[in-house]
Amino acid sequence: MSAASGSGYYIPHEAKWPIVGSIGLYLFFMGFGKLLNDQALGTPLLVAGSVVLIVMMFGWFGLVIKESEAGTYNTQVDVSFRMAMMWFIFSEVMFFAAFFGALFYARTFSGPWLGGEGAGGAAATNAVLWSGFDYIWPNNGPGRVGGDYQPMGWFGLPLINTLLLLTSGITCTIAHHAIKDGNRTKMVKWLAATCLLGGIFVLCQAFEYYEAYAHLGLKMTSGIYGSTFFMLTGFHGFHVTMGAIMLFVVMLRGGRKHFSAENHFAFEAAAWYWHFVDVVWLGLFIFVYLV
Amino acid sequence: MRTRKHWLPMALVIAALGIPLLGMPLAAIAGYGDVLNMPVGVTEISKKVYGLHMLIFKICCVIGALVFAVMIYSMVMHRKSKGVTPATFHESTTVEIVWTVVPFVILLLMAWPAAKVLIQMEDFSDSEMTVKVTAYQWRWHYDYIDEGVNYYSQLAADHNVARQKDSGVDLSGFENYIREVDNPLVVPVGKKIRFLHTAADVLHAWWVPALAVKKDSIPGFINENWARIEEPGVYRGKCAELCGRDHGFMPIVVRAVSQEEFDAFIAEQKAAGQTAELDSERQWAKSELLARGEEVYQRNCVSCHQANGKGIPGMFPSIHGSEIATGDIVRHLQTVMDGVEGSPMQAFGSSLSDIDLASVITYQRNDLGNDMGDVMQPYYVKRLRSGTTSVSALDLELNSLTSGISTGVSN
Amino acid sequence: MSYSDTAHHGDDHDHHGPAPGLKRWLYTTNHKDIGTLYLWFSLLMFFIGGAMALIIRAELFQPGIQIVDPMFFNSMTTMHAIVMIFGVVMPAFVGLANWMIPMMLGAPDMALPRLNNWSFWIMPFAFTIMLSTLFMDSGGPAGGWTLYPPLTLQMGDSFAFVIFAIHFMGISSVMGSINIVATIFNMRAPGMTLMKMPLFVWTWLITAYLLIATIPVFAGAVTMLLTDRYFGTSFFSAAGGGDPVMFQHIFWFFGHPEVYILILPAFGIISSIIPTFARKPLFGYDSMVYATASIAFLSFIVWAHHMFTTGMPLAAELFFMFSTMMISVPTGVKVFNWVATMWKGAMTFETPMLFAIGFVIMFTIGGLSGLMLAITPADIQYHGTYFVVAHFHYVLVPGAIYSLIAATYYWIPKWTGNMYDEKLGKIHFWTSTIFVNVLFFPMHFVGLAGMPRRIPDYSLQFADWNMIASIGAFGFGFAQLLFVWVVVKCVRGGAKATDEVWEGAVGLEWTVASPAPYHTFETAPSRQLIDKNHF
Ligand code: HEA
Ligand code: HEA
Ligand code: HEC
Ligand code: CUA
Ligand SMILES: [Cu+2]
Repeated sequence: MSAASGSGYYIPHEAKWPIVGSIGLYLFFMGFGKLLNDQALGTPLLVAGSVVLIVMMFGWFGLVIKESEAGTYNTQVDVSFRMAMMWFIFSEVMFFAAFFGALFYARTFSGPWLGGEGAGGAAATNAVLWSGFDYIWPNNGPGRVGGDYQPMGWFGLPLINTLLLLTSGITCTIAHHAIKDGNRTKMVKWLAATCLLGGIFVLCQAFEYYEAYAHLGLKMTSGIYGSTFFMLTGFHGFHVTMGAIMLFVVMLRGGRKHFSAENHFAFEAAAWYWHFVDVVWLGLFIFVYLV
Repeated sequence: MRTRKHWLPMALVIAALGIPLLGMPLAAIAGYGDVLNMPVGVTEISKKVYGLHMLIFKICCVIGALVFAVMIYSMVMHRKSKGVTPATFHESTTVEIVWTVVPFVILLLMAWPAAKVLIQMEDFSDSEMTVKVTAYQWRWHYDYIDEGVNYYSQLAADHNVARQKDSGVDLSGFENYIREVDNPLVVPVGKKIRFLHTAADVLHAWWVPALAVKKDSIPGFINENWARIEEPGVYRGKCAELCGRDHGFMPIVVRAVSQEEFDAFIAEQKAAGQTAELDSERQWAKSELLARGEEVYQRNCVSCHQANGKGIPGMFPSIHGSEIATGDIVRHLQTVMDGVEGSPMQAFGSSLSDIDLASVITYQRNDLGNDMGDVMQPYYVKRLRSGTTSVSALDLELNSLTSGISTGVSN
Repeated sequence: MSYSDTAHHGDDHDHHGPAPGLKRWLYTTNHKDIGTLYLWFSLLMFFIGGAMALIIRAELFQPGIQIVDPMFFNSMTTMHAIVMIFGVVMPAFVGLANWMIPMMLGAPDMALPRLNNWSFWIMPFAFTIMLSTLFMDSGGPAGGWTLYPPLTLQMGDSFAFVIFAIHFMGISSVMGSINIVATIFNMRAPGMTLMKMPLFVWTWLITAYLLIATIPVFAGAVTMLLTDRYFGTSFFSAAGGGDPVMFQHIFWFFGHPEVYILILPAFGIISSIIPTFARKPLFGYDSMVYATASIAFLSFIVWAHHMFTTGMPLAAELFFMFSTMMISVPTGVKVFNWVATMWKGAMTFETPMLFAIGFVIMFTIGGLSGLMLAITPADIQYHGTYFVVAHFHYVLVPGAIYSLIAATYYWIPKWTGNMYDEKLGKIHFWTSTIFVNVLFFPMHFVGLAGMPRRIPDYSLQFADWNMIASIGAFGFGFAQLLFVWVVVKCVRGGAKATDEVWEGAVGLEWTVASPAPYHTFETAPSRQLIDKNHF
């Protein structure tokens, strides 16, 4: 976006896309809910909602890109966008915090209590309700919910995934420096590399899930271990996918001669997001796989 | 004239405050004492908690009175209509420090006794007997772990009838409306009783105000609590954690008795257990089973499946014409014994005796609009339970019996 | 971080009025329009939530079950709370933020106008879904607004929709908060430093952070409920190694800050109103800001005071007791500052001031009962009883709701250009205040005497107080019809308001015309104007 300094804070009139977005969300989640309940019309609503949402995103982002390229936004608008992205990412951090919190709670509190360690009724909990249950992490609970399974080791795919994501962080930064130097072609190249690494990560993750289900007996239903494992890695994988799509769009826009050395907020937003996803993965790698 | 008009709001402010503040002592005089305040209770802890409660209450009253007094004085004296010119001060570090520090000190004064009582409450050591309390939707199960005696306790049947919507029963005839149970918990006075709380389905909380005990019952976990009751008597409580449709109808009655009475009670319970044992040996007549079954049904099943057996559409299935209650009898028995996973239909296998299970099955199949003609005998239940018969074997045996019925042989 | 070249319009449009017809409301990006939408929406929801409360009170009028099935009763309790909290108080505060914050900061609009539109237009969909669950076969949510498992997991098919509706509300709140943060940091007129901002802006800034930090945690918690219910995870089941109490920790990590979300903007409103009618600057502006920040900080470390009966370790109980008690200190600072502001002022008692005074008194009553609840051994007796219900209604109804009513009376002349009917306003205040005490004060008594909450039927000794409370409820409810009448009357006409409206009013919003033009501060106000108009 170019900062046409002097022109004032841009306040658009007549935003049509938000209401489309609401309708899209509504259809999507009504469909999803019905699907979960095996009610009629689930899938059609879900598909319709997705279509509306995709149309909305194309429309809304397209409009913003057009305005940005037309120099509608001054630096102050740019700051608003930056703050919005920053705090949005913070809210995402808190979303993950809930699941990490669940993991820590289960590992440091409820797990040992079920195993009979701790004050209060822990000893009785174990002796009366779950005698014979020894707490060690990972576990699928005293009820051995989901049956036998093998935990996912950190060596192999997860380690490769870590390296992939870390590398992608570097390539992303190289791309950032490139655009800062005004070298758009280089930016596109390194972004392509970043997207590729992200893509491979997602594929590896999918393969890991396949392994878990097919060979390790590790499922989402495998007690608390399976629950935290799949929810954390699953939401993370979803975020990687979103981040990769964002970077991909930025790359395409770079190909269309968007962005300049001074103005490339969309890139930066996507890059922040990518780094956020990266950091979350490090947390995952340590707390879900390693320790 | 202006001044008069401006007095009116003042007078009303004072009145609005005065009504509740004056209302309380007045109501107390009018005989509402026991529905105004926390009961003092009958344990050392409950008395301490009461004292603590009164202490903080009084401190709060004083703080409130001071703050409101200053406000009201200001509203009366510093009105524009009195022709005052407003002052312009807007800060004072001294004052601000004072009213940060003083409240802090007051808090410390409250925290100290509070922490002391709390530490005492959480001291579970040296208990002299243990009762395990398991909560179900919507009744309690008491297990005197050391004595091997256990039983269920739930809303007394007549109260249960009266409390139904449109029951038409005159409630004023019930002295302890919805606070009466069929089998109260009986405990000795003067002993430190340890309670182990857990639940079978959802969260509940076992609360008896006079003992100042309240602890959540959490499925899959056990929570500890204790009480040492000082005076014999009957103490009533309620489930204090929302647990579904009949959360309001889960009373608790604790009967504190002397040690001798308690021993007698335990002996009696043990004897009753032996009778039950004999009950499941003998062959029961269908009419006997039906009569008993109705009782069991009234006690355990009506809250969901309703008195007429029609259930509540969308929530609790009808027994009338139910596929299971009019289908294979062993499957019916299994459903009731094992419950339905992931639904409020709990496993009754552990809570009902052989004869109770046999009779409620028989009742469901031959009443509530069903007419299957077959019966379940307690010894079948017993055999299934103890593993001396497999499901399929029992199935075969009973089905040959049923076909016998339909050919009129067993008449 | 304010800019010197701010704030006049982009030059792509020259029409300055609103678009005609329905399109105006559907597509609007104008902060005043969106504020208006939010406010009407929450007023509507107030009556829906209030009607549910009246169903509760009607059933509790007498012992015995007269009107509704216990299941439906639980559904009313749950839905009443969800509607009141997420559908009334929160959107109403966002509506006020929309209307007032840009004007208070000398900004042309909110920072992200399109996002602003979306934040609002998600809400009607969220509540359509939420309320529609009441009409589904399995009925609406009936496990309490706290949604504790395993009970909530017993809900029928409507469960998924309840969860999604909560996600919707969360998305709306987070987007709205991000917008407010960006507006406050990025849209202030040159010279409007942070410490010159009105307290309403300050309290909202801090509230916005509470929202951004806790709503996603709530979203995570309900997502875990969803997967436990539909995908076989074991977060909240002991057999699988989880713990039902874990939900409570995650929920209250959100839930406790949430209750301050419901009260901090109210503090801001009261801090605007009291100086105006005392004709004296707010006492202790700086300490007000620091107190608000301290309350917000503390709110993150007190959550387990809702869980004293769950069997936490003793050390945790002591910690949460002490930290909770600490909140009284900064809150006390606020109360004392208000009183000191009134002290030696030249007070008049127009309706906004009456509601503000009512707020201070009755919020303090509610706060003091909150302090009693913080005392763990005593809370073990109070918990799950009507004493708790009395506590939170005192801080929520004559607290949050009174602040909203006060704000409406205070700013409606600016919004509509007309004065409201002062006489009716006063009648509204007095009927409300008398009835609200008749309604909620007796709940302290029955609570202490042992009446549990969330029950459709009670034993006979509680009958009298419950009847009185129910009478209060209907009185209070119908008094609010008067409020609607005053508002409608004022929107339709009335004595013209001056620009300043109130004699002692300070703040940039009073420097623009009444009614406020569709666009205000397209050119930033001068520094002199700003300096003349803050405390
Ligand atoms: C606007 C909402 C709001 C506010 C502001 C508060 C404020 C406070 N609340 Fe409240 N609370 C709720 C809404 C709110 N609460 C709700 C909705 C619930 C129930 C949820 C549910 O279960 O459904 C609840 C429940 C609740 C509980 C759990 C009860 C239970 O379930 O067992 C507790 C326990 O500690 C508590 C404590 C407090 C405290 C200490 C404050 C403090 O912030 C109050 C501070 C204020 C003062 C103390 C008064 C003014 C101060 C002075 C005049 C200074 C001098 C004072 C002293 C030195 C003492 N609250
Ligand atoms: C901001 C929040 C808020 C507000 C404003 C209120 C307002 C009121 N609440 Fe609220 N309440 C909660 C939050 C709130 N409540 C919460 C969080 C709970 C806990 C829920 C739980 O346990 O999970 C609760 C629970 C609760 C209970 C306990 C229920 C139980 O435990 O079973 C009761 C009982 O009396 C009650 C009553 C009322 C009443 C009478 C009002 C009155 O102030 C309402 C005023 C009434 C009106 C405004 C009605 C106006 C309507 C008309 C005059 C009729 C016209 C009708 C139409 C046009 C349709 N509430
Ligand atoms: C807490 C509520 C509750 C109680 C108490 C209860 N049930 Fe049920 N019952 C249910 C629910 C819910 C189902 C449906 C389960 C499902 O299929 O999901 C059910 C199903 C059944 C069925 C199968 C009906 C069918 O055709 O699906 C039988 C038989 C039955 N219950 C018998 C009993 C008996 C006997 C008792 C008492 C001893 C009892 N129930 C007590 C809730 C309850
Ligand atoms: Cu059991 Cu409430
Ligand atoms: Cu709280």
